[in-house]
Formats: sequence, C-alpha cells, structure tokens
Amino acid sequence: MGLTDWLNPVKGFGVTFHTMFKKVETVNYPEEKRPTAPRFHGRHQLNRWPDGLEKCVGCELCAWACPADAIYVEGADNTETERYSPGERYGRTYQINYLRCILCGLCIEACPTRALTMTNEYELADSTRESLIYTKEMLLAPLGPGMEAPPHAMRLGETEEDYYRLGRNNG
Amino acid sequence: MGLEEKLPSGFLLSTVEQVAGWARKNSVWPATFGLACCAIELMSTGGPKHDLARFGMERASASPRQADLMIVAGRLSQKMAPVLRQIYDQMAEPKWVIAMGVCASSGGMFNNYAIVQGVDHVVPVDIYLPGCPPRPEMLIDSIVKLHDKIQNMKFGAHRAKQIDELELQALRTLPLIDQGTAK
Repeated sequence: MGLTDWLNPVKGFGVTFHTMFKKVETVNYPEEKRPTAPRFHGRHQLNRWPDGLEKCVGCELCAWACPADAIYVEGADNTETERYSPGERYGRTYQINYLRCILCGLCIEACPTRALTMTNEYELADSTRESLIYTKEMLLAPLGPGMEAPPHAMRLGETEEDYYRLGRNNG
Repeated sequence: MGLEEKLPSGFLLSTVEQVAGWARKNSVWPATFGLACCAIELMSTGGPKHDLARFGMERASASPRQADLMIVAGRLSQKMAPVLRQIYDQMAEPKWVIAMGVCASSGGMFNNYAIVQGVDHVVPVDIYLPGCPPRPEMLIDSIVKLHDKIQNMKFGAHRAKQIDELELQALRTLPLIDQGTAK
C-alpha cells in the first residue's frame, strides 16, 4: 500500500525470472540413468557355481512361494553323463512370466541355494505377451571367467556337500 | 486419411513417413486412464523429477477425443471394461495403448473373476510394461520404445503391407509350450 505498489508486479516477474536460473531436479532419464538402490527388486537371475554348474536344484520352492503364480519350474535328475548342477536334481524348465510377476522377492527368500537372486535391471517393456515370459536361458547368469557351460562333471569337489561348504565368499 | 495416404509408394512416401513419424512421436498426448496404484507412478512420472513434458506429453488430455496414447494404468475390473472400450473408441486415429503394470498387461497377481486378465481382451495393446508398479524410469523406457514404433509407422500402400506382415507373423507364433526347445 502506498507509493511503491506499482513495483509489486515487477517483484512477481522477478520471482519467475529468478526461477529460470535455478538448478532443476529433473533426471533426464534415457540419457542419464541414475543407479538404483543396492537391493533393488529388478529382473531375476539364476546363479552359477564358480565352475559353471547351475545352483538351481529344481526344488520349485520359488514357484510355491510366488503370490502371483508367475514361476513355472520342472525339475529333472542329473545323470553322470549329463550333469547341470551338483547333487541329484536340477531345474530343467524354468520360466518366469514377467507380466504376472509383482517383483516382491518372496521367491528369492524361498530359494534354499541362493540360485535365484534379483538384479538391478528394470528396462523390461516389450510389445507382445509371449516375449515377456523369460525362459531359463534368458534368466541364467552369464558365464564368468573360469566357468564352463554345463553339462559337465563336478569340478570343485567330489559331492555336492563340498560345493555347499565352499562358503559365502568362494561360492 | 489425408494427402499423405495417397502418395505413390517409393522414395517420396518413405520420406513423408519419416517426417510424419517424427512429428507424431514428439507430441503424443496421453489420455491417462489411471485406474489403481499404477496411476500414482504415472502421476509421479509427470512430476518434476521424471518429467514427461520433456517428451511433449505434458498436456494429458482428460478428453479422449484429443488424445493419442491411452496409458491403462492399473487393474481393469469387469465392471469398468465397457467404459474402457468406450473411451478407446472415442479416441481419434492414430492411437496407441500402453498397458502399464502387470494388472493391465495380464491380470497380474489378481487371477480371479473380478479382474479382466489383460486389457488386450478389450483394446489392442502396443506396449506391455511389467512391474508392480513400474518405476517412472520403466514407464519412460516403454514410452521411448513406443516412440520407435511410431517413428517407423508406414503410410498408404506400405501400411497395408505392414499390417498383413504383422498379422501373418502373429498367426504363425506358436505358444511357448510348442516351441520345442523352450526350457
């Protein structure tokens, strides 16, 4: 009120002008990808032992734990000539339907061998329903250095107990 | 449609397709069909941190008559299905649909009699987006994939051929259990 009232709109525009030069919070997503939290619930991964054998024993606990019924597992026996995992059985068929999976992580909690873990990958959109049913090949962890793709004999020990006793840092 | 549909196929038509595709993808107006929890992630994708306005999508039209893209965000119940179809029919061509979240894509964890098991039972879907709910980055990723589709849409004689090819491919795809080597 008073002589300098005519300055008020100028002050208003001044606020707008000042905001034009403030730092924006926007993360320019496809060009700038911020990393997710370490234990982020992303796409699943089937892990391997250091010699390449799969950790999955085909017990189907993940399928039973899944609240959305998104996992389909068929177990099969290891023979001496065709061995995919240490021990008696392996997961022959392993499919996760990402259009049913709610990424809750109950399957990871259920897995007794830590074969199933979650990566931080989240770019899963696709254009057909069939392509979003991930099969075992798509879910298996890539072969690291020193790993050989199964089937092959047990390299790190005589029985599966040797594998399980490798410890958290070696297996 | 317009003049561009009647151009003879050849170099001129392919240039027009590229230019029109670029123009269409840079200004896709979403008709947000926010039904349930995914709508919250949709709203936050429009917020300042992940800004949909960077893609020309800030004008989310409540009126389907002026919308290009319907983002079905959330569970579609049986009661809501005719409404969804009516809104889809009111949109003008060209139009696209993104099924956001597992519930819209396939019924998600609600495998029961009340939820439609995938909105593709009601409307044709272009992009399926998993997640419960999908992160804003996942939604933006699906929109970028849709932009690729829009950029490569064909006109006129090319479009008829493209439709035939896609249909033949869809008819030939076997279900996963018959694909033999599926493990």
